[in-house]
Amino acid sequence: MAPDTDQQLRQILTDVLGLKRGQSQKFTAETGLFGHLPELDSMAVAGLLTEMEDRLGFVIEDDEVDGELLETYGSLLAFAKAKRATA
Amino acid sequence: MIASWLCPTSVAGSAEEHAFVFDRGRPLRLLIVPALFDEANRLRRLTIEVMRRLDGAGIDSFLPDLPGCNESLQPLASQTPASWRAAMAAAAAEFGATHLLAMRGGALVAPDRLPGWRYVPLPGAAVLRQMLRTRILASREAGIAETQDGLLAKGLRDGLDLSGHALSARFLAELQKLEVPAAMRTSDIGQDLVGGAPLWLRAEPGEDRDQADALAAIIAVGMKA
Repeated sequence: MAPDTDQQLRQILTDVLGLKRGQSQKFTAETGLFGHLPELDSMAVAGLLTEMEDRLGFVIEDDEVDGELLETYGSLLAFAKAKRATA
Repeated sequence: MIASWLCPTSVAGSAEEHAFVFDRGRPLRLLIVPALFDEANRLRRLTIEVMRRLDGAGIDSFLPDLPGCNESLQPLASQTPASWRAAMAAAAAEFGATHLLAMRGGALVAPDRLPGWRYVPLPGAAVLRQMLRTRILASREAGIAETQDGLLAKGLRDGLDLSGHALSARFLAELQKLEVPAAMRTSDIGQDLVGGAPLWLRAEPGEDRDQADALAAIIAVGMKA
């Protein structure tokens, strides 16, 4: 069985943003990311995308990164799951 | 403690460079090749905390600047990965290093004759991809659309400024092709051995006592074996 994308994504956010233990477990699909988490600035976005590529095993194209992608946890997770399904 | 060493330059001659060192003239002497670019800043605290612990364990250590980075007065634009490799070999000779620790991308420019460790090394293309992506995101906030392919093509022609690092076309061409060399006399330390979340991922430099303990223990035990 493939590792759970949801849990992996929470761990990536925790590692990249230096979130407190357990904080990412409280994220719901509606939790706002960019503009809501002070840790998530554009520098961190670059690290987040690269770490998602490395750990989840797909490549993110430049034009796939838009405002909507990082709007909520739900939108980021849906993107990761869709990328994984086609990877 | 700050020491200086003589580094060969691209034009004939040499330039003085700085190194942060713990040097008490002891027989076990570790050269540390720093991580590259922004990762060097984010890992500097960890690197120096490791050095402090090794000092306590009776091991001297040396953290030289890569020419064009940190305190170095040489222009970064005239450096290449090959010139960095020559610089690190010169530092190893000057400090009489017996062992090596390469941090992350530092593995790409580390001397190959020393036994030691590489902390989570990565290929040059991965270093470059992260820097290009950071630049694209920053440009986008300024309303400028750029792509990795477009930037790289331009960079390979004219050089490129990535997060304030002015890199020459030659630098980019070399970096892009650099693979992590086959480990000859070194072993790789993965993040799983060190524990915790990788500090190079953080947007702000941080430190972690447990990670410094773990990394220093691996090296001290290995050097004294």
